[in-house]
Amino acid sequence: MQIEYDYPAAKRRITEKAHVGVVGSGDMEVLMEPAQGEGAHVSITTSVDGFQHSWKAVLDRFFSKFDGAVNIRINDAGATPGSVLLRLEQAAEVINS
Amino acid sequence: MSQTNVIPEFVSRQSFIELDGRRRAQSLFDEGMWKELVDPFDKMESPWLPLQGITPQFDDGCVVIKGTIGGLPAVAIALEGAFQGGSIGEVSGAKMTAALDLATKDSVAGKRTAAILLLETGGVRLQEANLGLAAVAEVISSVLALRPHAPVITVIAGTVGCFGGMSLAAGVSSYVVMTREARLGLNGPEVIEQESGADEFDASDRALIWAIHGGEQRVGMGLADALVEDDTVKIRRMIHEYVHADLRPEYRSQQVELYRNRIAALDTSQQIDPMSLRYAWNNNAARGRL
Repeated sequence: MQIEYDYPAAKRRITEKAHVGVVGSGDMEVLMEPAQGEGAHVSITTSVDGFQHSWKAVLDRFFSKFDGAVNIRINDAGATPGSVLLRLEQAAEVINS
Repeated sequence: MSQTNVIPEFVSRQSFIELDGRRRAQSLFDEGMWKELVDPFDKMESPWLPLQGITPQFDDGCVVIKGTIGGLPAVAIALEGAFQGGSIGEVSGAKMTAALDLATKDSVAGKRTAAILLLETGGVRLQEANLGLAAVAEVISSVLALRPHAPVITVIAGTVGCFGGMSLAAGVSSYVVMTREARLGLNGPEVIEQESGADEFDASDRALIWAIHGGEQRVGMGLADALVEDDTVKIRRMIHEYVHADLRPEYRSQQVELYRNRIAALDTSQQIDPMSLRYAWNNNAARGRL
């Protein structure tokens, strides 16, 4: 299943890229790269149907603190919302360090 | 006695098994002297998995790192056991084959480039069927092309182990390094149980499985070359040694007569136990101990 979200308010220029995680059971991987235009875009590939509200809630929370204009691609193998947020924060840490 | 003295070694050492495929490969190279080829940002995913509702991975579970080990050129190819059981598909197989062939090209041109295969794999990715089988054949033929020119070193650390078609790639490599936690076999325990019944091989009997497929037994039987502890520094040192080692005059996979005769000589009227097989085949059971 494919899920897409846009966060147009995330406009800070980003120069770094990050890759964290493994597509193992209960885990996921994140690619974070500088976006070409303004705003952030998130594209999720997941093996688990449903849970769109959970994805939205986790990403909303992440972008309440993170303002980078990035393209995020997620390959998910059933990560819990807590793991999703940790992986995103881990990628953001790589980009900001 | 100061407190540092009572901390056992297994607490302070850095585990190799706990690293993912990418970090395992990175840990083998000279500091800052490596780079990853076709990395996740190139997004070379399997085109077949999403068609079957399975999430792909950006590197298809295969990490290729080129660099130097003790100053000599080397390429490490790691299969990530956590992704689809480290299975080999069209993309991961092509990455592996291309890396081995480039190492052969450099080695033939006079720049000896060793290959290190970090295998944590159940073999062919069933979802990619014939493409996975073709990949295994290509990997084996690429290993055979490289090994007369540079060492091909297989490392099986665990905990997935190395089974199926990729165990053949391990079998034709110049050197095989294993930990006690690792397993190496053509058919995995569950496959044997499924095909021949629990009386033949009980896949829930861990002691039995490790007594047959385990690193200690494989090295003890002479089917693998070195038993190392699950320690990043020790594994790194062992790989360094093999990267610099002379090429073998003869490989296990060429000793067809020797192994045929050994199998023919086995007395199957009684149950063969692992320890007596070590004595019979290797004549030096101590090799299978740390």
